[in-house]
Formats: sequence, structure tokens, C-alpha cells
Amino acid sequence: MKKILSFIVAFLFATSAFANTVTIVTSFPKDLSGKFKAAFEKKYPNIKVEIVGKKTTAGIKYIQETKSNNTTDLFWASAPDAFEVLKGDGLLQKYTSKAKGIPSKVGSYPVNDPDGFYTGFAAAGYGIMWNTRYLKANKLPAPQQWSDLTNPVYFGHVGMSAPSRSGTTHLTVETWLQGVGFDKGWALSKEMAANFKTVTARSFGVPDGVNSGDFGVGIVIDFFGLSSIGSGFPVDFVYPKVSTLVPANIGIINNAPNKKNAQLFIDFLLSTKGQETLLDPKIRRLPVNPNTYSKAPKDFPNPFKDKSIGAAVKFDVDLSKSRYNLINSMFDVMITYRLDELRDAMSAIYKAEAALKKKSNSKASALIKEARALIAKNPISEAKANDAEFNKIFKKKRKKAKDIEKYAGTRQAEVEAGWDKAVVANYSAAKKKAEQALKLL
Amino acid sequence: MFKNLFLNSTSLIIGVFLLLFLVIPIAQVFYVSFLDVNGSFTLVNFSDFFKNQLFIESFYNSFYVAAMSVVLASVFALPLAYFTSRFNFKGSVIIQSLGFIPLIMPPFVGAVAMKLFFGTNGSVNLLLDQYFGFKIPFMEGLNGVIFVESVHYFPFILINLITSLNNIDRSMEESAQSLGSKGFGLFKRIVLPLSMPGYIAGASLVFLKVFDDLGTPLLLDINNMLAPQAYLRISSIGINDPMGYVIAVILVVTSILAVWVAKMALGGKDYSMLQKGGGGMIKRDMKTRQKITAYSVVGLILFLVLSPHIALTLLSFGTIWSFSVVPDAYTIDHYKNIIFENSIFIKNTMLYCTLAAFIDIVLAFFISYIVLRTKVKGRQLLDYIAMSALAIPGLVLGIGYLRTFYSFNNPLDGKPLASWWFMIVLILAVRRLPYALRAANAALMQISKFLEESAESLGARKTTIFRKILVPLMTGGLLAGFITSFSTATVELSATIMLVSTEVDAPLAYGIYSYMQTAAGRGPGAALGMIGVLIVAVGTYFSQTIIDKKYKKTGEVNNG
Repeated sequence: MKKILSFIVAFLFATSAFANTVTIVTSFPKDLSGKFKAAFEKKYPNIKVEIVGKKTTAGIKYIQETKSNNTTDLFWASAPDAFEVLKGDGLLQKYTSKAKGIPSKVGSYPVNDPDGFYTGFAAAGYGIMWNTRYLKANKLPAPQQWSDLTNPVYFGHVGMSAPSRSGTTHLTVETWLQGVGFDKGWALSKEMAANFKTVTARSFGVPDGVNSGDFGVGIVIDFFGLSSIGSGFPVDFVYPKVSTLVPANIGIINNAPNKKNAQLFIDFLLSTKGQETLLDPKIRRLPVNPNTYSKAPKDFPNPFKDKSIGAAVKFDVDLSKSRYNLINSMFDVMITYRLDELRDAMSAIYKAEAALKKKSNSKASALIKEARALIAKNPISEAKANDAEFNKIFKKKRKKAKDIEKYAGTRQAEVEAGWDKAVVANYSAAKKKAEQALKLL
Repeated sequence: MFKNLFLNSTSLIIGVFLLLFLVIPIAQVFYVSFLDVNGSFTLVNFSDFFKNQLFIESFYNSFYVAAMSVVLASVFALPLAYFTSRFNFKGSVIIQSLGFIPLIMPPFVGAVAMKLFFGTNGSVNLLLDQYFGFKIPFMEGLNGVIFVESVHYFPFILINLITSLNNIDRSMEESAQSLGSKGFGLFKRIVLPLSMPGYIAGASLVFLKVFDDLGTPLLLDINNMLAPQAYLRISSIGINDPMGYVIAVILVVTSILAVWVAKMALGGKDYSMLQKGGGGMIKRDMKTRQKITAYSVVGLILFLVLSPHIALTLLSFGTIWSFSVVPDAYTIDHYKNIIFENSIFIKNTMLYCTLAAFIDIVLAFFISYIVLRTKVKGRQLLDYIAMSALAIPGLVLGIGYLRTFYSFNNPLDGKPLASWWFMIVLILAVRRLPYALRAANAALMQISKFLEESAESLGARKTTIFRKILVPLMTGGLLAGFITSFSTATVELSATIMLVSTEVDAPLAYGIYSYMQTAAGRGPGAALGMIGVLIVAVGTYFSQTIIDKKYKKTGEVNNG
């Protein structure tokens, strides 16, 4: 009992002893946040950094739920969309750092929020990572472009996270849709997804699966690939042509209790020391200061020099924001929750196509084409997906009925149940057509 | 008169506690499921649930996985319990403690570890593929969830069954034997019925926990089950979509039904024994052949259920482990990192879980007494509410706590109450109360009422009866409850992750989770997990020794 009491006393002290603090809610792993915390505290010994680690979505929720009694100074995470949500709710305050040498754009994306509510400190892009031992054992080629992943040889070897679970994954899907077009983008997504072994619930589940050899190829954000290489795993990483570089950001929370310290922390992130910390083998993110790359290891990608990284797509952040939840929902309905049906249908198509290679048959060829078209078919058109009124059904914030005039009374669950029905019907019809084609061959 | 006052006020205090820390937070979250877009009452969300094929499928999958996990967990637990309670089996204590260890690893860590061993390209399948040219899909789809869950939760059946078996009055068996009953008949007529309360208690716990476990299906990427659906909807779609909350309500209703069915299965039968003979069943010596069979069965089961720990040990000492049977090389750096830089997680966990488990056994003792022995009004309700904590997904309770307690300030430091570390203790206590309660119920059910009634007729007061009869006779059960609550609280993540407001206050499972999110963090995360497992294992071992000693002593007294 005495021990417990002494613990209690020790804890009360621990929470009150450091009055001069800065509290940061972050989705970044300890390997990153811990390094910056240590470096910052070394520079400012009288300021204590308190790190609160939460997943991006949970972090947003936390800040929204606690706004009446805010104790957080900074929100520090990857996805710009997350900051847009907080900005939209009026939970961020403006700050422009005086740090020098930071260009206005990385790839085709602005480094900082044009309105000044959040600041980019590192860049990240999506790409493909693979386990070299796995590919060798399964005699698979290393993929270079997204379209490579639609090759039947990768059936059951690929992993990805769901965009509804991870803000950065969402950016990848949105990049595909904006890079090759809405319908073509979804067709590409579904053709790749047919080769998925799994859709992970956590974004880290993908590099974890590739690192441990659970599956061979993963669609990941660059630093997962680069830091896995840095940690010694037998893996490699590439940026495909259709990819976007987006900044990882930090923003000061409205009525932050330690505003001064929060500003110091942002300045520190952009300082020479802060930018160099990004090159740590366990972190490996792309600095936004071009000069920092002179300190980088040999094969480290440099978007300021290699213009092919993240430049092919002009990413429209407003479009992405306007249909954020709808795209997530479409991905989940068509891919995450119906992966088994999709794989069944596609493997029937693969079989028919393999048979078609040996023997030509125009009827079978037509059937296969129809089957592929059924897989690609979306439950809604691009116009409807971009319809602001329709998107209101998917908004996170509860709206009054009068705000949703056109679709008053429509519920997201209702819409999704309808999509699900259509998607399952399409997949099973596609499977039937492929089987018919196979019978003809 | 005093007796009634004492009981009524105790019930009232417990009632208020449950209301404040369980009912209100959940109500805060649940009311969403009955709201339409305008904020008025509706049932349309429930009709949406039953119209959605995906949800129906998820419901079926959850039910199937939970039922199959009970079956597989029983297959693991029954031989262990039987051999150690029935025979003079060397190392029974070690087996009982080792068999308990799976519980003290967060399920998500267990899933990571088991994937390394049993996954498509895990050690076992790589070896099988190399030597025999085939693989076994242990971890594919729902199989993986059933496998991980039954390994993780089978101790619930084991510990309750062993407690029941140890509580069987030896004289019952002796009388049956002297009347000519033996072999399977003896087992069927005496052992089976008398161990039923323990088995049912354990099996229903396994069912419930599996039914709304979140971490395991999430880590194995199985989305088509109810709990993951609820979690995914709440955390990614948010408050505009009430389906997550509807699923939560359906989880609760199903779980309450399961508790009710378990109660019905036991209902109407008297499992109590007048005397407290202790010592459990008569222990026999095994013949050599029996010994060999027993050791190999026990060995195999222990290997299976401890495989997550074996894998985790390798991971914590390994450098790189990728597409290979064992890690490439070994190091102790991960442990150095944890011990020198991050011991705070371990201290926090010890403190939180000790407090929570202590709160639990005190509450459990009084609740089970009030429910089983008194006629206090609303006593069943007390039991149901306490048990319903089992059915509340941790995340939902966590959000409920945030909502309920954030607007109040803690008078000690002026910060919001929800960010005070003691709230983590309370949420752990509420979440783990059902375990302690099950154990206390099973222990109390086996003590004959006549003991208390005779004491009472001799003028003993309630408090004296508690002190002199119930508490000593229930010590085994209560201690079992304490251990179960304590060690399962050490691995709780889903509820605490919502409440941790600074890393200084974070418990162990949170620490492991944040480590496991980086490529370089797998080793240190595994090391942290191993240290946690060791601490709880040592604690369990000592408690087990205490229980065993106690039974031996009472056994001797009765025999002499």
C-alpha cells in the first residue's frame, strides 16, 4: 500500500513538475517523434516536449472532442487532408515560420497551407516496396509501375491499406483517380486489388507484411519503404510515374496553452538540424529544404533534382477534400469488404485469358471483355461522385436535414447497401461470363 | 435491521459506481444509434442493419468464429485441466501457470507473433514447403482468427475448470466409489456435473470475448466481422453514420443473450457441496504408458499455446526476421533500449492494473453475494450491468469516457478529468470486472448456503460471516479473479488508447502498439512485450503456489 501511495505521489509530481511544456498530438511513430523530442529538448533544455501518439483519424477526433478544454499545442501528422478537416472546424491558428531556404513547392504540391494554418516540414510520396527474398523464392519480377501490379503473376502477393483507415493511403487512391481519370483509375485499382493478399486495417500493416515476408509486394508511402531499408530488411522501394509528393505537416491548435513553445517547435523542424534529423535511417523522410540532400546517403531520392518524382500528376487538393469520405466508402464497398468476390471473379478471368492465348475464339474473347467491363463498372458516375450535394451524405459532421436538400433523408448506410448489392452482382456476373468463355475454349 | 441497511447501502454504492462509469458513458454513445439526421428518435438505423448483406454476413462470421473458438479452446483446456487435477502430475503448478500465460499478451501482439510462425510464409509453412512441398493455411481467413483467439482465451476455460475441479469435495467422489461407481460412470455422474459451473463460466467468457474482440481480426485484416465493422465505421466514418453504434448495440444484445443462455444452462441445479473437503479429486499415480501419453499431449498443447511467446522471444532477440525460419542474427540491444529508455510503460501498467484488479475483486465479491444470497431489489440488474461491460467494445467505452468526463476538471491539477491517469484505472476496472465476477460467482456457488445459515442461527453478524466463512472459502476463487483481471488488464489497448493523453501516463500495451508501428520498432516492441509477460507470469506463479498450498493445508486438516 505504501508503495502504491508513493507511486501516486510520484505521478502527481510528474504531471505538475514541468510547467514549461509543449504538448503535441501526433500520428508519427516513436522513432520519429522521439528523435525530434530529444533534439528539441537538447536545444531548449527548459522546455519539455509531451508526445501524445494517436492515429491520424483518432487524433482529429481527440482534438475535436477536447476543444472545449484544450490542452494540446500542436497537431503533427502526414495527411494534409487531416489538417484541412481541423482548419475547416476552426481548430487551427495561423503561423508562418521565418525559416529560410524552403521552396514554395515540392513536386507539384505547395509546401505550406496557402492560408497559413499549417506548415509542411517533410515530403512524402507513394510507391511500391517489395521483399527481395520473397520475390526470388517465388520467381517474381520487381514491379516498377502501378500497371505492373495488374499482372496475374502477382496474384495473392500484393498488400495495401484501406484509404478509410489511413490518410496517406487515401492520397494514393486519389492520385490514381486524378492521374489516369476517374473510371480508368477505379478500373486500375480493382485490377491491382484482384492480386491483393490482404487489405490491411493499419497503414503500417503493409510494410510489416512485406518486411516479415507475409506477402511480397506492398503499396506504401515512401518512408515506410526507405526506413525498412534503413533498418536492414531485405526490401526495396520505387516511385512509379503516377505519384504525388505531398508534405507532412504541423499546425498550432487554436487557443494552444503554450503558443510560444509551439512556434519554437515549428521553427526547429524547419531548421538545418531539424531537416537533417529526417535523414536518420529509422526515419528517412524527404526534407523540404533542398540543401539538406547533400547530407543524404547515396541512393536517397531527391525530388528537387529528380523531377520525375511526383511531378506527373497535378494534384487537386480541393477536389480530393470535397469527396474525401465518398472515395473511402467506394473503396471499402468495392474492394475492402468484397475482396474475396473480386479475387474469385478475376481468377476466373485469368484462367479464361490463359486459355485464350493458346486458342483463338472471338466469342470467348468478347465474353472476357464483357467480364472485365463488369469488374471495372462503378456503382456511380464521376459526375455524381463530385456532386457536392450527394457528398453531403458522407460528411463526418452531422448535418441538419435542411442542409441536405436534394438528398434529404438519404442515409450513408442505405447508399452503401445499394452499392454493395450492385458490386456483388457485377462481380458474380463477371465470374459467370469468364467461366462461359473458358468452356468455349 | 442493520443487516438490511448494510446490504442495501452496499448495493446502492455499487449501483452508483456502475451507473457513473459504465452506464452513462455508454448511454452517451448509444443514443446516437436511435437518432435520425434531425436528432429525433428513430429505428430506421436498425432496419438498415438488417437490410445490409455485409452486416448480416459479419454477424454470422462473428458468431461462427466465437463458437468455433469455444470448441478449439476446450480442446486445449480440457486435457490440461484433467491431467493436472486428476493425477499426481509433476510440474502441475508450472503447467497451470504456463497455460495461463497466453492471456497476458495483447491479442494484437499474439497475432503478429503467430503470423511469424504459422502465416503463409511463417516458419512452419516455410519448413513444410521446403521438405514436403505443401503449406497449411492456419492463418487464412476466419481460421486465423479462430486459431489466435482460442490460443489467447483458452485460459479462461482452463482456470475456471481447475478451480471447479479443485473445489470438488473429495468425499463426494469417495462416496460414489464406495457405492460402486467408477470409470466413465463416475466421471459422468460426479466430476462432469460438479465442474459444469466452472466450464460454463469459462466457455461463456471465451464466447463473449471472441465475439467482440477487435484487435485480432483487425491485425489479421478480417473486416467481415461485427466488431471490426463497428470500429471501422466509428473511427473512419464518424458520427454522421450511426451504423457503428447500431452494431455496438447488437453486440451488447447478443452478448447479454449469451450470458442469459449460460445462466439458463446452470439454472435450477444445485452445484453446492455441504462440506468443504478441499483437495479436489482423488489424485492417482499414472502408469508409464499413461505418463508418456499425458506428457506428449500436454507438451503438444503447451507448444501450440505458447507459440506466440516463443515467436515473440525470437523476435525480441532477433535482428532481422524476414521470409526465414528464424531471425538472421541475435542481439540484446532491444532490451537495453527498453530498460534504459522506456521503463515508464512497465511502471504505469503495474500501478494501473493492481489498482483496477483490487477494485474488481472487492466489487465482485459483494455483487456475487448480493445476487446469489440475498433478495435485495434489482440484484439481477446489478449482475447484468456489471457483466454487460464484457460486451462493450473498448473503443466505444473509451469515447464514452471522453465525452462524459472531459467537461469536468480534476480538482487536483485543474486539467480535464478524462485526461487524469486514474480514469485509465477506472476504465480498466470496469472492463475487467466481469472476469472477477465470474470467478467470484463460481466460487460462491460451490459454498453451501447452510454454512452461512448455521453461522447466522448461532448469532454471527453479516460482517463476521464474510470474514470468517465466505472470504476464506472463496480465497481461491477471488485470487483467481484478481489474477485474471490484473493480467488481462495489462494487455488492454482499445479502451485506453482513447484516454492516454500524454506518454508519461501510457501503459505497456500502448507502448508496444506505438513501437510496432515502425520498421525498426518490432524488436523493441517485442522486448517490451516479453518483459510484461515475465512480470505477470512470475506474479501468477506465486499466486498459484499460494492457492495450491492453501488447498493442501485444508485437505490435510480434513483428512486428519
